[in-house]
Amino acid sequence: MKRLRAWMLRFRGLFATGHSRRESDLAAELEAHLQMHIEDNLRAGMSEEEARRQAILRLGGIEQTKQAYHERATLPLLETFLHDLRFSVRQLAKNPGFAATAILTLALGICASVSIFAFVDAALVRPLPYPSPNTLVAVNESALNFPHGSLSWPDYVDWKRLNTSFRSLDVWGGSSSLIEMPAGVQPVPGLTVSAGFFRTLGVPPMLGRGFRDGEDAVGAPRNVVLSYSAWQSWFGGRRDIIGRSVTLSGVPHTIIGVMPRDFQFARRGRVDYWVTVQPDKGCAPRRICHFLDGMARLRDGVTLSSASANMKAIAAQLEKQYPASNRDQGASIRPLRESIVGDIRPVLLTLLCGAGLLLLIACVNVSSLLLLRSESRRREIAVRGALGASSARLARQFITEAFALIACATLLGLAAASLIMQLLLRLIPKDTLDNMPYLQGLTLNRHALAFTAAVALLALLLFSVTPMLRLLRVGAWFGRLLSLPIQPRTSLRDDLAEGTRGAGSTLWRHFGSNLVIVELAVAVVLLTGAGLLGRSFYRLLHVDLNFQPDHLAMLTVAASDAAYPKNTQSAALDRAVVDRMAVLPGVESAALTDLPVVTCNCNTDWIRVVGHPFHGEHNEVNDRTVSAGYFTTLHARLLRGRLFTAADDSTRPRVILINQAFAKSYFPGEDPIGKKIAAGDLDPKTVRTIVGVVDDVREGSLDSEIWPAEYTPFRQRPQNYFHVLVRTTQAPASILPAMAAALRRIDPGLGITDEITMEARIADSPSATMHRSSAWLVGGFAVLALLLSIIGLYGVIAYSVSQRTREIGVRMALGAQRATVYRLIFKEAAWLTLAGIVIGLACAVAAAGFMRSLLFGVHSWDIATLAAVAILLATAALSASWLPARRAASVNPVEALRAE
Amino acid sequence: MSGKADIPQGTLALMVLKTLEALGPLHGYGIARRIEQTSGDLLSLNYGTLYPALLKLEQEGSIASAWGVSDNNRRAKFYRLTKSGRRQLAKEARNWEQTTAILARFLAPSEEAL
Repeated sequence: MKRLRAWMLRFRGLFATGHSRRESDLAAELEAHLQMHIEDNLRAGMSEEEARRQAILRLGGIEQTKQAYHERATLPLLETFLHDLRFSVRQLAKNPGFAATAILTLALGICASVSIFAFVDAALVRPLPYPSPNTLVAVNESALNFPHGSLSWPDYVDWKRLNTSFRSLDVWGGSSSLIEMPAGVQPVPGLTVSAGFFRTLGVPPMLGRGFRDGEDAVGAPRNVVLSYSAWQSWFGGRRDIIGRSVTLSGVPHTIIGVMPRDFQFARRGRVDYWVTVQPDKGCAPRRICHFLDGMARLRDGVTLSSASANMKAIAAQLEKQYPASNRDQGASIRPLRESIVGDIRPVLLTLLCGAGLLLLIACVNVSSLLLLRSESRRREIAVRGALGASSARLARQFITEAFALIACATLLGLAAASLIMQLLLRLIPKDTLDNMPYLQGLTLNRHALAFTAAVALLALLLFSVTPMLRLLRVGAWFGRLLSLPIQPRTSLRDDLAEGTRGAGSTLWRHFGSNLVIVELAVAVVLLTGAGLLGRSFYRLLHVDLNFQPDHLAMLTVAASDAAYPKNTQSAALDRAVVDRMAVLPGVESAALTDLPVVTCNCNTDWIRVVGHPFHGEHNEVNDRTVSAGYFTTLHARLLRGRLFTAADDSTRPRVILINQAFAKSYFPGEDPIGKKIAAGDLDPKTVRTIVGVVDDVREGSLDSEIWPAEYTPFRQRPQNYFHVLVRTTQAPASILPAMAAALRRIDPGLGITDEITMEARIADSPSATMHRSSAWLVGGFAVLALLLSIIGLYGVIAYSVSQRTREIGVRMALGAQRATVYRLIFKEAAWLTLAGIVIGLACAVAAAGFMRSLLFGVHSWDIATLAAVAILLATAALSASWLPARRAASVNPVEALRAE
Repeated sequence: MSGKADIPQGTLALMVLKTLEALGPLHGYGIARRIEQTSGDLLSLNYGTLYPALLKLEQEGSIASAWGVSDNNRRAKFYRLTKSGRRQLAKEARNWEQTTAILARFLAPSEEAL
């Protein structure tokens, strides 16, 4: 307590107020002291002079006392720090060019690394927003083509019953419902879950209750839990809605709870409501119907690998029991976090490395600036040393200067980072962002600030050490270490004399200038990374689609099963939609599909070819339902046979089209037309005849392989949820409002969403977004790195020329030609550049190996990219050294020699 | 100045506090003289060191100061003991007595030890 009080008073003493009063008070007090002492001494019989002398002697000196008093009145360490700080700021202000370059460079590095770190922290470091997140695992069924595939309901029930590893195991699947709003019918996204979903996550509703055990049983009452945002927008946040009814797609549900505002469950984008699985509806009772994802809490002491072994054993048991449906179906257990952020992990880590390298370049650049500056301050340092400043005192001065520099840069960098982060968030498409709820409320939080502090501290260490190298004459030591012929320590006298060819610059020549090699090498690594990612992105955008994406507009239509319960009604709706779309002005043709192109290799079917040998294997093919005009609308080629016609309806035998990949895999050297395929059990209802082969239209994402695909006509499998595709003669975006309006005229109860053009959809698709953002960001880092390293190289060469002016003058006086001088300078630049490029290329190839998962269609050692980077850097480096070289060549020998 | 001991570390504050308790409000010079006299002129006190010590005690709240007039009509800064200073004095005096008592026992030639 007392200590604290004293500290506070001393801290206050630092500031000017009361400072002079304290001084004059003390002077008066000491004066009184002396007078009293002198009087006493006089009384004791001393002469006046002796009395005064003795008094001062006993006091131990007036100035010393004042000094000791002052030190007690303030905090001397802090006081000199503030003093040094003022001095440093004045120094920086005196040299605004240096200050601005150093601060901006460092701020750039800090801004880049901090903003990327904030993303990494949000996605990979911060725990999932559930209690004890480390015991949460994602549980999936693995199949040949799907390492983390979906579960079927019967499999889930068996897994839940048989496992010994989980405290609880629950599942969730996508759901979508139509809800009537004042503005019309809206399709809203939701989840269908097993009853323990919220309890496994450990998050209770904020209002009402969650699902109870048994609410996912057959015939259970239909209850719904709402999300906070749905509660707000549908019911204005009224608290009396618990127990009331809401109609989802024509089915009344009782509202039993509302989840808290900050509750999030990634993987499925926006979720407005949760309902329980109905195990008797749709295909849920069938073991081949995989539509659920699992999530579980590990029991205490159960590890991931033992849980995995447990589930694999159960899967093997089920495979034996149900060979038709469960063949090759294993189990996959991984941390829930991994299932949520797995895809963007490599992107984020690559970006973090990129930002880190940029920070490194920035630091190296500032270091060499500081080193250069300390070269030019040799005289000042020598003078201060001669006046009695100790090494420690000088070192403190350097640390304070570095502190001032870094403080400015950090503040600037943080301000820029908070802007950049918001900008980056806005660059992510809305749908993609909905899938990343962990990015919600991304700000400079404690983690990011701690990271910034760590970076700043490291920089402080580096920047304090750099000028001290000079001070402590490490150059000579460093030279001995590398056994370079450097003359022993320069003397104080040399520094005071500060000849232009001072030996002190050996440190610079042998150490400082080589720093630029590091910069150039790092720039090469970043440029190569950017080049490879850019090429990947280019390849991705130019991947064979096998259809023409321009002039295509599309939207999604959802009709409620309550309004269209029968196949005939659905078929009539489908027909009406196509007919109405086709007559819209500017529409060339219209078609429907149940899953648009460039989505995913998913929604698959297990087939066998009738008449081919079959051993129960799962032949997985993409399964799509399309209307008659689909391939004409896409402008996809028909290779053999015929397309669907209006006549292919439910009254006729079932037909399918297959793609080329299907024909190649299952009918090598055969004509597939007229052949039949069926389900594994040859159920007569599943037998279909192939009537045509179409081109390999890209159904999966841009960076995935082409899978075999089968297409079923809409009229033989009518749908209530489908996507409308029209080919237009005008700009496709302009027709979207007319399409929606025409659909509402057919039935105002239709839910219409996702109005978009095909090109925009492809550009916003997750794989394109991922490749684009990583290419652009790493590209940005690379450009900045190139700029910084070239500036660094320019600085080195320019300084070298300024140091060698006299040498060049002598050479020219002795008859050297201008060309020789050019060669001299270029040779120095070329060596540095060459070293930087060679080291950089080696590192780049190694680094590119680590980001192989982000590359598409290029090798990590892509020769063209490496060569282009080398040429680019060499050209930039030589142009940067041209200016100083010209200055060197235009040296006037007479003046250069006279300047000595 | 042989024969005169330096002031042991940390005891100056205690001496100042004790002086102020015994004599009431006093100026710096008075305190210095009093300490010397009390020690029977055995201590060599550098008067200059007294002032930072006084400032420290004042910062800690053990003493307070005010300008006043000395016996021989001179303006001087007078220091007085505060309540917390009294408490500190009592505590430190007790500690010191204990320490000296223990040391005395160690240093005294005792028969059992011999």
